[in-house]
Amino acid sequence: MSYQGTAHKVGDHIDTDAIIPARFLVTTDTKELGANCMEGLEAGWVKRVKEGDIMVGGENFGCGSSREHAPISILGAGIPVVVAHSFARIFYRNSFNMGLLLIEIGDDIAKISDRDEISIDVEKGVITNKTTGTEITYPPLPTFMREFLDKGGLIPYVREKLNA
Amino acid sequence: MAHTLVQKVLQKHTDQQITEAGQIVQCNVSLALANDITAPLAIKSFRAMGATKVFDKDRVALVMDHFTPQKDIESAIQVKGVREFAAEQDITHYYEGGDCGVEHALLPELGLVGPGDIVVGADSHTCTYGGLGAFATGLGSTDVAGAMALGSTWFKVPPTIKVVYNGTLPAYVGAKDLILKLIGEIGVAGALYKALEFAGPVVDALDVEGRMCIANMAIEAGGKCGLFPVDAKTIAYTAERGRKDELMVADEGAVYERVVTFDVSGMSPQIACPHLPENVKPVEDVRNVRVNQVVVGSCTNGRISDLREAAAILKGRKVAKHVRAIVLPATPGIWKQALKEGLIETFMDAGCIVGPATCGPCLGGHMGILADGEVAIATTNRNFRGRMGSLESEVYLSSPCVAAASAIAGEIADPRAL
Repeated sequence: MSYQGTAHKVGDHIDTDAIIPARFLVTTDTKELGANCMEGLEAGWVKRVKEGDIMVGGENFGCGSSREHAPISILGAGIPVVVAHSFARIFYRNSFNMGLLLIEIGDDIAKISDRDEISIDVEKGVITNKTTGTEITYPPLPTFMREFLDKGGLIPYVREKLNA
Repeated sequence: MAHTLVQKVLQKHTDQQITEAGQIVQCNVSLALANDITAPLAIKSFRAMGATKVFDKDRVALVMDHFTPQKDIESAIQVKGVREFAAEQDITHYYEGGDCGVEHALLPELGLVGPGDIVVGADSHTCTYGGLGAFATGLGSTDVAGAMALGSTWFKVPPTIKVVYNGTLPAYVGAKDLILKLIGEIGVAGALYKALEFAGPVVDALDVEGRMCIANMAIEAGGKCGLFPVDAKTIAYTAERGRKDELMVADEGAVYERVVTFDVSGMSPQIACPHLPENVKPVEDVRNVRVNQVVVGSCTNGRISDLREAAAILKGRKVAKHVRAIVLPATPGIWKQALKEGLIETFMDAGCIVGPATCGPCLGGHMGILADGEVAIATTNRNFRGRMGSLESEVYLSSPCVAAASAIAGEIADPRAL
């Protein structure tokens, strides 16, 4: 699996109120939530995003509330993957459940700037910054999370258990 | 293996032997919870899983507290869908209207959560029940849907940070100040993927409501949960609510990743300044901050002890003319108790607005939203940019007595100076 797109870099401690403010939580629709993605950071933020672009965050990305609307709004905005220094734990679990891929790379996050063109080879665990010509390697997903993803996430996993 | 508190609770709910932090365990859950924002998504996922029946109709709680009373057509539609699901599934603990309160104040009050329980809630402040010695943690809607269907879920056993409070709390300094002090010290990611465990003489002396206030904000340090030992006070609190629980302390020799120790004697009331809960300063260092709004309420500080603390400051005094002081008792039970004790009259006489039990303004939902340039001091739990309204507004977090003193002064004020 691979991804390629423009990096949209945001800061440390991006909270779920920044990702999708509470006033937009009166729907569960992916497209509607996507249209307001990052509206709590900057009005109209989402306009910069093309389908397939990549979100790049700092430390503790996704902190705050448990709202699953946060990963859904990122997916709804057309962003399939978030690369960050680190992630808040509820957001981490939610993202895998919703099919949003998260890649944690620690201090290497400094090697990606806003608007850089990057590509990600998930199997190899390599991020290539085409703008600067640098490569970032990252450790593979924890085994449990990978097995979980292989099953297709939480919904098929529970369906399988219910039918067992 | 000697277990920390969180490991002890997890061990009670799994057949696997817990041997180390980082291990993945399958646990049965005591209660699964969702609210008016997260339940609609949970129901959607529940259906997508092909589930037809919740695992136990008595062990699923649906509390319509965030935008309650329904603030607009969209939120009313969301609640309507949850109400229909609750009726279809014959859910015992569905709350909307006159029996509804802020979920994390309501469930302990009803005796639905307690020591040794595992509670998963589609709300990040589910960690509140750690104050009672439960392993309680926030999950997303789909995770909670899975728990609603299966009665179980998976957890990674977290490492534990032990937090010890020594000394004696000065006057006007309490539970909220203790947790703000900790978050200021370790930061909003200081306990990321980890459990917090509280100990020390100050913790022993705290009442159960104070412990829940502290556990509530474990998530603001990034924590998975914040647990307190179960002592005679906890047992008495849950017994009054019809439960029979047992004492619980961490095992002798349990391994902690680190120990953070505070001496609280001489500590000042603490304030978290915009726009992160870790921007914590003693009240005397926060000067000349004029406020437009004061909020006393929420799952952090909307309990009866919090209202008593605010009322003691407000009694016989007046809220400054330019300030909206909003008091939201967190449950109907707390509202009624405050009425009996004359606290509601004290608030009204001082010029406060006393509203219904709702999360309301805490998350910028309704009943007290900030305009551009407005400033609030609130007893709530988050001060992220735009949390209570406009992106150009500011929220300061404090204890009830600091909030009340600030309402009177019209600017952030030290209750010790009144």
